Amino acid sequence: MVEIGADVAAEAGVSAKDAKAALSCCPAGALVDLALEVEPQLKAADFAEQLRRHNDGSCSLTLVVQNLHCPSCIRTIESAVENRPGLLKARVNLSTRRLALQWDPAITDAEPLLAAVAARGYRLVPLDPEQLESAEAQEGRELLRAMAVAGFAAANVMLLSVAVWSGLAGDMGPATRTLMHWISAMIALPAVAYAGRPFFRSALAALRGGHMNMDVPISLAVILAAGMSLSETLRGGEQVFFDASVMLLFFLLIGRFLDLRLRGRARSAAENLTALKATAATIVAPDGSLRSLPLARLEPGMTVAVAAGERIPIDGKVSLGRSEVDTSLLTGESLPRPVSLGNEVYAGTLNGGGALRIAVTATAETSLLAEIVRLMEAAEQGRDRYVRLADRVARIYAPAVHLLAAGTFAGWLIFSSLPWQGALLHAIAVLIITCPCALGLAVPAVQVAAVGRLLKQGILVKSADALERLAAVDTFVFDKTGTLTLGRPVLLNAAAIDPKLLEVAAAIAGHSRHPLARALRRAVPGTSNADLVVQEHAGDGLSALLDGKALRLGRRAWCGVDDASEAATPDGAMELWLSGENIIPERFVFRDTPRPDAVAVIAELQRRGIAVELLSGDRSDVVAQLADDLGIEVWRGDCRPAEKIARLEALAAKGRKTAMVGDGLNDAPALAAAFASLSPADAADVSQVAADVIFQGERLAPLVEALDTARRAKRLVLQNFGLAFGYNLIAVPIAVAGLVTPLIAAVAMSSSSIVVTANAMRLNLKNRKTPS
Amino acid sequence: MSALAYLIPIALLLGLLGLAAFLWALKSGQFEDLDGAAHRILLDDDEDDRPPKQDTESLKDP
Repeated sequence: MVEIGADVAAEAGVSAKDAKAALSCCPAGALVDLALEVEPQLKAADFAEQLRRHNDGSCSLTLVVQNLHCPSCIRTIESAVENRPGLLKARVNLSTRRLALQWDPAITDAEPLLAAVAARGYRLVPLDPEQLESAEAQEGRELLRAMAVAGFAAANVMLLSVAVWSGLAGDMGPATRTLMHWISAMIALPAVAYAGRPFFRSALAALRGGHMNMDVPISLAVILAAGMSLSETLRGGEQVFFDASVMLLFFLLIGRFLDLRLRGRARSAAENLTALKATAATIVAPDGSLRSLPLARLEPGMTVAVAAGERIPIDGKVSLGRSEVDTSLLTGESLPRPVSLGNEVYAGTLNGGGALRIAVTATAETSLLAEIVRLMEAAEQGRDRYVRLADRVARIYAPAVHLLAAGTFAGWLIFSSLPWQGALLHAIAVLIITCPCALGLAVPAVQVAAVGRLLKQGILVKSADALERLAAVDTFVFDKTGTLTLGRPVLLNAAAIDPKLLEVAAAIAGHSRHPLARALRRAVPGTSNADLVVQEHAGDGLSALLDGKALRLGRRAWCGVDDASEAATPDGAMELWLSGENIIPERFVFRDTPRPDAVAVIAELQRRGIAVELLSGDRSDVVAQLADDLGIEVWRGDCRPAEKIARLEALAAKGRKTAMVGDGLNDAPALAAAFASLSPADAADVSQVAADVIFQGERLAPLVEALDTARRAKRLVLQNFGLAFGYNLIAVPIAVAGLVTPLIAAVAMSSSSIVVTANAMRLNLKNRKTPS
Repeated sequence: MSALAYLIPIALLLGLLGLAAFLWALKSGQFEDLDGAAHRILLDDDEDDRPPKQDTESLKDP
């Protein structure tokens, strides 16, 4: 939930210093909600399986920190535990949003450490240690190592090559030149063997599978160039290509590494979600004792205890207690629903002010949440079919290069008196010169620049091809609650209410965390809660004693207001009533307001030729009203998740490329099904995983920024392809004619790579534009 | 040209030193959190006016 920093701090009653910290936290506005202090405490049984014991007797645990948003959270979390006795290590990883703890079990236990972090308002979820050593993390480290070796070799071989080139023009003797060549060979050959492995492996796998990828010509060029140079060195020849082969690997590895880093973000987000699903529930045993059980082992008929403020772990019926359940993530409804004995509750929703006992009616696999996740996974498979631009280019490029090289070899053999070795030399030169150095950098360089630019504005791009897909989008489909609106009510009729009554009501409301009470409180800044004895009645409202008089603030019926009374016909609006002795019942009307720049952003999108639609799970009349306010012509209310997908599929069938913007659990399948998808940072976890792009803050302007950046990134990628091909157009005839020397190859290769990279950097030159 | 006999080994040795330093940094996990590392430099480690420990406890029940 997005809050205003000072407001949160005041409500949670924390010190002024912490309030300042909260304000400095997250410039984009997605603040750590300090008010969420009711987070459940992790018990030892919850993380017993994830705990890792080391040989030196210490224990370690890695946890996902759910609401870690910004750099100053590092300090907040680490300082919460760092002086605890027995703690050996506490380190926050901002990229993966994880906290690694290591402690001495003889001195301390994990529980107080976790409690200290949780007390600062962070939600912790233990992470399975096996996930830490994923294949892709290892691949990343291997690429970095290969890049370091290739970089070292490229720099040193190039040093020697420059000496040789100037020697060729000057007076270097053949003996010295051969010595230089041998030293180059001794550096380059092991480096090629080591740093080239990622390419060789991939090329081999492609060839075994009977198809061709970019790595095949790369591997061929590198191996042939190194082999030919070695034979030239043995013969004491002048032309060796050691520098070209290692430099090629170096440039290509840079491109690969950038690409992998982009994908790494999506990976860690997905892993964090898996950890979330594995959290435990507290069950009530037949003898009345409480114990913790993993979700997967819950069965229908068991009774689960849900504390106030906890997330409900599983579908079931309330068997004891009354409370209010925040179903906004599931249905898009912005107001908590009162529940009592016999009411159904669903996994993933948030329990409000009262403790509940729930009789389980479904297993973890059959719960509504699991159903939504399945729907989402099914929809996601469709998106995997998208072929990235670079791969599409590679499909044409790789065979073309091979044909060209083979043609050069045959041509020289047939039409000249050159021996076959000479013809082979020219063919290899063609392979080297066409090697897609610039092509390999063309896409990642632009994407890294674009993603970096967006990240600075609080927009997180999760998958590498997200920007490519976003650039092609021609339709935006919005969810309502929490996406177009803030998902939190605002008092509408403050001006019509007696200020004294308003102040009293706000003072009472200050004692509750109910969304409407908080909205009322926000509407009257500077009210103190002093001198009031307030009691909260879950599902009904608040009762208070003021100067000996009883007051009630809450639901219509509870405040004794007759449905038929004047000015009080129920019209479906969100409302609170204030009643008491000698007071005419007063009505407070609330409305979920649109995000501050919603109208401007919708107009801005439409100006860019984008069709805008609104699909909501909320009631049709509310949706119609908002659509009208925002100038959206196509809208639909009462949409269930499957219906949203159906609409998206209908649009796709018409050849439209849609971007879905949504935040709720009920939007997750639609987010996964859409061609591209965006989510605000306070969306449900499942939705954040499904979305390609996550934006922070209260404003919708990031949508326009993301779209513009994606479109400009696409233009730059196409320009880069043009530059890379243009360079080939000049260099290839030279190579085919057999005129390429190692010097020309090195200059052409590095200059084209630099030009392409410099062009990508242009993305950051233009100032950001925000809709007025 | 005889200078080459020791200049080239020196150049290679320096390069290898740099490579070894990078590989060590990689192994010791310094490239695990590139975003965090960029910001950590701005955070104060020796802040004296940090809230005392009791503060943490009192936050639990506002």
